[in-house]
Amino acid sequence: MLKVNDIFVNYGGIKALKGINMEIPDGKIITLVGSNGAGKSTTLKAIMHLVNTASGEIIYNDENITKLSTQAITQKGIVLVPEGRHVFAELTVRENLKIGAYLRKDKEGIKKDINMCEELFPILGERRNQLSGTLSGGEQQMLAFARALMTQPKVLMMDEPSLGLAPLVIKDIFNKVKEINKEQHMTILLIEQNANAALKIADYGYVMETGTIGLEGTGAELLSNQRVKELYLGKSS
Amino acid sequence: MKKSKLNNILSVISLAILVALIVGIQEFGLFGLNSYVIGVIKLCCIYAICALSMNMVNGLTGMFSLGQPGFMALGAYTTGLLTVSAQDKLEIYKIKPIVGFLANANAPFFIALIIGGLVAAFFAFLIGFPVLRLKGDYLAIASLGFSEIIRIFIQNGQSVTNGTTGLIRIPSHVNLYVAFGVLALVVIFMVLLIHSSYGRAFKAIREDEVAAEAMGVNLFKHKMFSFVISGFIAGIGGGLLASHLSAISPDVFKFTLAYEILLMVVLGGQGSISGSIIGAFIVRAALEWLRIVDNPIKIGFINYPGISGMRMVVFSVVLMLIILFWSRGIFGSEEFSFDRLFKFFKGLKKSKKEV
Repeated sequence: MLKVNDIFVNYGGIKALKGINMEIPDGKIITLVGSNGAGKSTTLKAIMHLVNTASGEIIYNDENITKLSTQAITQKGIVLVPEGRHVFAELTVRENLKIGAYLRKDKEGIKKDINMCEELFPILGERRNQLSGTLSGGEQQMLAFARALMTQPKVLMMDEPSLGLAPLVIKDIFNKVKEINKEQHMTILLIEQNANAALKIADYGYVMETGTIGLEGTGAELLSNQRVKELYLGKSS
Repeated sequence: MKKSKLNNILSVISLAILVALIVGIQEFGLFGLNSYVIGVIKLCCIYAICALSMNMVNGLTGMFSLGQPGFMALGAYTTGLLTVSAQDKLEIYKIKPIVGFLANANAPFFIALIIGGLVAAFFAFLIGFPVLRLKGDYLAIASLGFSEIIRIFIQNGQSVTNGTTGLIRIPSHVNLYVAFGVLALVVIFMVLLIHSSYGRAFKAIREDEVAAEAMGVNLFKHKMFSFVISGFIAGIGGGLLASHLSAISPDVFKFTLAYEILLMVVLGGQGSISGSIIGAFIVRAALEWLRIVDNPIKIGFINYPGISGMRMVVFSVVLMLIILFWSRGIFGSEEFSFDRLFKFFKGLKKSKKEV
């Protein structure tokens, strides 16, 4: 269980997060939706200690991890797929996956997981010797996803996986998220602007508004919520 | 990409030919090369080592650093001070006598060389703390600045480095075996490093720092490691240079040296080991050959008076042209292999047919 307790983050004089509370139970898909600048990415960065928190704490399995280094947090199994994919463009698909296993020493396990990733995303198997910069946007997102899986995460945090992708590709990726969550019981924290797609697969959702959590509820509840519909789903009834 | 059997056989054969040539030239005076030409070949090897050291930081880890001359100077002076005999030191230091503990400090050449490398690595470590927090152009400016600071210290440390006069009478231990031998060791070390998990982490940092950090790569630790190793190799290169030239002064390690080495790395292809070596040989040999534009030339009735330093102008133009039209260099980030060579020639034939 990953818990975010009342965290505040300031960028200079600007208050980016004003008391965020979240619970991410094991084996669930939790989503954090909200518009541009609401502080979704900052929340993830605060969990990974990529930005400093002004106050509040982050608890993982009863341990305070707020002040740990990014690397130490990654070693605990909390892994971030950064926004905008960030694949290693000049390296091959295979090399990208190997870097995902950077912190691991078990050679057999790494081999097995590479096979697992290539089964999950057949396109990555076909293109294993291709430079990852030559992949399409959707394929790069899949690679970033697979590369994160190579770290054997316990909690996988994805920052806007749908960014700049075609609707069909988005659907494909979200199906994979669901599949991984079901089959490997991996906890997933999904950050999305595409609230509709995210809430459909989420067990529980939080809606962010300029630095605070405005609403929360199960995926289905939020999808049918009038306010969410108006603000994020672009439907009015 | 799997390399073909033919490629491996050809590689072994060409390596054997290279070794035979080195032995032939060194022992039997093959081709009747004079000492000037052999000197240039040795210099090419030494510069190749320095280019590899820069490639380690710039090409492999993706940090734009220009600190090489400073590290080379540290290696050169350390090696020089440890190999010049006590008697010579007394005679060389005219303005101020040499400080006591250095006057009698002496070590065999190879040990002096390694100590030189270690001194350079140690300074790289110290400089690394402030400098490696910077990125891109800022890192280049800061590292170049530190390199100049080292040079100014050397220039003014009269009783240690003999100031602007520099060190002379450094015994020359660099023959072709030493030059190619050290180069081979550096290459082997770098190949092993690239294929280790460290090498992969370096490349990850080069490609994308955010993603590398998200994968659990400790950015600062790896950058520092790369920087220190690079400093060590540059120190070794500097030590060889001192021994080869047998006289060094602070002027040898001016910031223009950084650009010369940068040109070798960029020409060969950043991130490519074989590229750096070939780049160093081409640039160094060309620099010697281009001396003709420094001298007066008479072509028909045109009298070219000869401007000293003209070769550096020609050089800068070449560098600009490479960056503009061929920014990936000869090999890009790939390595030389015969397979690629054949492919290249096949491509040429095809394009000729099409024309």
